[in-house]
Amino acid sequence: MLDRINKAQRDIDAACETLGRQINIMEVCGTHTVSIFRNGIRSILPKNLKLLSGPGCPVCVTDQGYIDAVLRLADRDDCIIATYGDMIRVPGKDGSLETKQSKANIRIVLSSEDALQLAKDNPGKTVVFVAVGFETTAPATAVVVKEAADGAIDNFCILSGHKLVVPAMRALLSEKNDNINAFLCPGHVSAIIGYGAFAEIVEDFGRPCVVAGFEPVQIIEGLCEICSQLSAGKAELKSIYSAVVTEKGNIAAQQIVNECFEPADGYWRGLGEIKKSTLKLKDKYGRFDAFRRFGISEEPSEEIKGCRCGEVLCGLIEPTECGLFGRDCTPQEPVGPCMVSSEGACAAWYKYGRKKRNK
Amino acid sequence: MCLAIPARIIELDGDKAVVDAMGNCFKAKTTLLPEAKLGDLVLVHAGFAISLVDEEEAKKTWQLISEINEFMDTQNRISG
Repeated sequence: MLDRINKAQRDIDAACETLGRQINIMEVCGTHTVSIFRNGIRSILPKNLKLLSGPGCPVCVTDQGYIDAVLRLADRDDCIIATYGDMIRVPGKDGSLETKQSKANIRIVLSSEDALQLAKDNPGKTVVFVAVGFETTAPATAVVVKEAADGAIDNFCILSGHKLVVPAMRALLSEKNDNINAFLCPGHVSAIIGYGAFAEIVEDFGRPCVVAGFEPVQIIEGLCEICSQLSAGKAELKSIYSAVVTEKGNIAAQQIVNECFEPADGYWRGLGEIKKSTLKLKDKYGRFDAFRRFGISEEPSEEIKGCRCGEVLCGLIEPTECGLFGRDCTPQEPVGPCMVSSEGACAAWYKYGRKKRNK
Repeated sequence: MCLAIPARIIELDGDKAVVDAMGNCFKAKTTLLPEAKLGDLVLVHAGFAISLVDEEEAKKTWQLISEINEFMDTQNRISG
């Protein structure tokens, strides 16, 4: 194991020396971000290789307008809000689910199935499932929407905040930051969509895309593969996470998502509107769409004063370059979404990056 | 939040399974992975098996998850 890490490290050093210029590799997966910090991977990389933590945490990129919609529904006596625990602390315009005075109708669930069960157990209330997450999580939502339709469980609906990684990568490269030289692609998103889904990034933008797992050897070997490609002037698609990821992914999961959802334009916190980057319920499942059922929409969000999460998510600045970081914005009292989620770049940086900087 | 946890299917009835991950047993569904069989190791995300996984990979991921849990605990302590 150590031999493999040492070899990859030597190869990265050699490739970066050959390249002789600044190389920026973005990871678009919160679990990669945490693993990179947890294992001190940044500290062993050559100076001209920079890792950028992109929009890889679904909680961080959920727009304030969406949170405000959840909070408005949470005010209704006839609703129960079922949410994954990650979303509880994310701030909207006026607080978060956690800071609501009455939390009696807010339930944390571990699975979309638990949310549907809440609807079955509470026929007098409408259960609104806070459906967030990337391609990994969307199939679980689709399954319960279909179950609700098949079982005529009409007091169940979802507020879809599901997002798609590949359109966000395209938007980053074409509008936000063309200094990203390559992507370390997410492992479990790829388990669903297949590594083939990233081919368009390689073909249309000429950037290497390498899918890797989450343990340190996988991440370092993934970075090594990218650096080798760059120094050879190549841009290829590769998966080194063959224990889990196939080229085509999980077809059954893709089918059920396509059955229930269609891509729609939508807002990402920090990135703004991105074409065809979110999942909206198809008309045939429209009655399970909380936006339609309650006649609500995502209001455009107001910027949080001083917060530079948007630039962090695009890889334009490091968290420490934000004036709020570590002083007005901490894990105890987060201001921006990248500090709220433990998978956010700012939270990970606060825990590990800061220590390094203070040395 | 996209992390999926390796777990072994220890009971299976239709698409309803009970899985064991690092000694913790919980319910999961195999709706998205119809080929899953009793005894298989699968990756579970948000209550659903999404992929088969081999023994070696499962062990490595369990190790990583325990490290990440430690990381989260430290952060929660910081957060008070």
